Amino acid sequence: MITVKKLVKRFGLKAVLRGLDFDVQPGEFVALLGPNGAGKTTFLRVLASLSRPSLGEVSVAGYRLPNEAAAVRARLGVVSHLPLLYGDLSAEENLRFYGRMYGILDLEPRITEVLEMVGLDARRRDLVRTYSRGMQQRLAIGRAVLHDPDVMLFDEPYTGLDQDASSMLDEVLKTVAARGRTVVMTSHDLARAEDLATRFDILSRGVISASASRTELERSNLLTFYKEALAG
Amino acid sequence: MESKPLTLKVLDIVAILVLVVATYMALNAPTERVMGEVQKVFYFHIGTAWTALLGFILAAVFSVVYLATKDLKWDRLQVASIEVSLVFFLITIVLGSIWARPAWNTWWTWDPRLTTAAVTELIYVAYFMLRQGIDDPDRRARFGAVYALVGGLSAPITFFAIRLFRTIHPVVIGGSNAEAEGGFSMTADMRTAFFFALFAFTIIFIDLFWNRIRLGNLQEKVEQLKLKVTM
Amino acid sequence: MTDKIDTVVEKSVKPDARPRASIRPSASFVKAVSAVVWKDLQAEFRSRELFSAMLVFSLLIILIFNFALELDVRTRQSVTAGVLWATFAFAGTLGLNRSMAIEKDRGCLDGLLLAPVDRSAIYFGKVISNLAFMLIVELIVLPVYSVLYNVNLFQPGLLLVILLGSIGYVGVGTLLSAMSVQTRTRDILLPILLFPVVIPVLLAAVKASSGFLTGSDLADVMLPINLLIAYDIIFIALAFMVFDSVVEE
Repeated sequence: MITVKKLVKRFGLKAVLRGLDFDVQPGEFVALLGPNGAGKTTFLRVLASLSRPSLGEVSVAGYRLPNEAAAVRARLGVVSHLPLLYGDLSAEENLRFYGRMYGILDLEPRITEVLEMVGLDARRRDLVRTYSRGMQQRLAIGRAVLHDPDVMLFDEPYTGLDQDASSMLDEVLKTVAARGRTVVMTSHDLARAEDLATRFDILSRGVISASASRTELERSNLLTFYKEALAG
Repeated sequence: MESKPLTLKVLDIVAILVLVVATYMALNAPTERVMGEVQKVFYFHIGTAWTALLGFILAAVFSVVYLATKDLKWDRLQVASIEVSLVFFLITIVLGSIWARPAWNTWWTWDPRLTTAAVTELIYVAYFMLRQGIDDPDRRARFGAVYALVGGLSAPITFFAIRLFRTIHPVVIGGSNAEAEGGFSMTADMRTAFFFALFAFTIIFIDLFWNRIRLGNLQEKVEQLKLKVTM
Repeated sequence: MTDKIDTVVEKSVKPDARPRASIRPSASFVKAVSAVVWKDLQAEFRSRELFSAMLVFSLLIILIFNFALELDVRTRQSVTAGVLWATFAFAGTLGLNRSMAIEKDRGCLDGLLLAPVDRSAIYFGKVISNLAFMLIVELIVLPVYSVLYNVNLFQPGLLLVILLGSIGYVGVGTLLSAMSVQTRTRDILLPILLFPVVIPVLLAAVKASSGFLTGSDLADVMLPINLLIAYDIIFIALAFMVFDSVVEE
């Protein structure tokens, strides 16, 4: 579903990603972990087609980046730590706008469906600026699944959420992943990642330094794995 | 660190020489009847205006090439040409002012060329301010190229617009010969001085441009070395 | 405020059961442009931030001009066009700045860039909504000025000039604001970038406006109008070609 070969991303002279290799099969839920500044957000932005690779090959859902970016975008749903929502519009108006941008047919029923899925149907007419952070994040996920993407990218989705909101987010993420979608999620929070992911990759110093599936980690725990990967 | 190429060193000397010769020729050219000595400023005024214009056109060309190739080399070339052009437009404006005062008793004439030069200066300053506010080198180059292109199209249109619409200060623009402001004709000697000045300033432009590019390349090298040291 | 508390009651997270094929998107350019325009108008209608700021600022500028220049009956004639366009030029920057800042602040620009449409759809959408705001403000300023100075500004010729001039201003302004919003110096930078390159618009617009107000021949007025049209076409075409470079990384 996602294939990355020798990805290099430079900003001027500084290389943030240095020959990164990454391979994800359909249906996998990959937790991408790593210290601050390792390049997780940069990597996700490249996958999201928001940032062009300096060197290397990237293909998502069978389409090459950056040449076939539009095709990739149609099959991609992205949730970042910024809400990507318009505060002055209501939840349903936000979804309607994005629905139009994505050219979704039969939009209205789909909006209702998505709002129900993220548990915000009762507050659909309220302006987004009245939403709590947790609710905004849920709506953001709704926005991301609106066009039924095959691949989803989550960049630190738990940032700024309290316990209740985080639990709600867990629920939503499970629902989203249950459809056989391919998910890549970056997170600081090892505990959250542990529950949801089928695979754990560590991004350190611009490359994937370690990768382990959930079954492999049954014995040693995630924290040990993480620390070892960073030390190496 | 490579030292200055021999050609460039020679060019430096040649540039100084032609400047001296051009000055001599300008000062010894026949004095114009009506305006007197001050008219001689004209030789340099046109010389600097010409080089400034050259820089301006090159900058627009470099914009297009950079946006097509995304090679930062063209960005360095653009910065160099705009810097040189900026300085020469400034000199042109100052010389124009010096010429205007005794000739027409005013420090400034709102004629199309001078005004457009001033507007172009402002575009250049804006260009550098834009670049100043960006940290990422690629973005800086891209934005610079786009703005230089916008400015490159806008300035000529400004020139024609002023020429067509500003009837408050009627100006006689005679053909391509830039001295039509006061309207004087040139004798053979004056013409020689004039063309030599143009030639001299072209040499000077190439010399300064080349030096500036070299400076840009060296800066780039320093950045690379800095990066290696910190890693 | 109870609004901000996460509504725990909504535990009704339902599974996503819809069959896939029916929603496969087919984004169209025109649809995207109109979606952007509609979104901007809708959001502005709710908050009226941009609009009130531009309007108040315009009125204040006219007031300042009143004290700065002697707008007595005679000089008024020759100066009205200039005062109007200076007002529009300054107030316009507020709208342009704010319009892009809204996108940048909440990361919405990324949201727009993630849509599977051509980048220029974003540009055109923004130009149209910025133009709409500017025209609305101008259409309110005109009667106010008319009343304050006893001058009839509602002539079709003048309205045409205002339209053409605003198009050029907003066309270039939207492109430049997309750049300035991504720099550190943000708001201050836009006027510095915009004004030198938008001078042809001001020149031609003032000339044509004056012409209409003083009842000059059509021939005199056609020249600046043609220049405005030429400028509009050239710069919107240019912006269309380079907008990608400005928003992508």
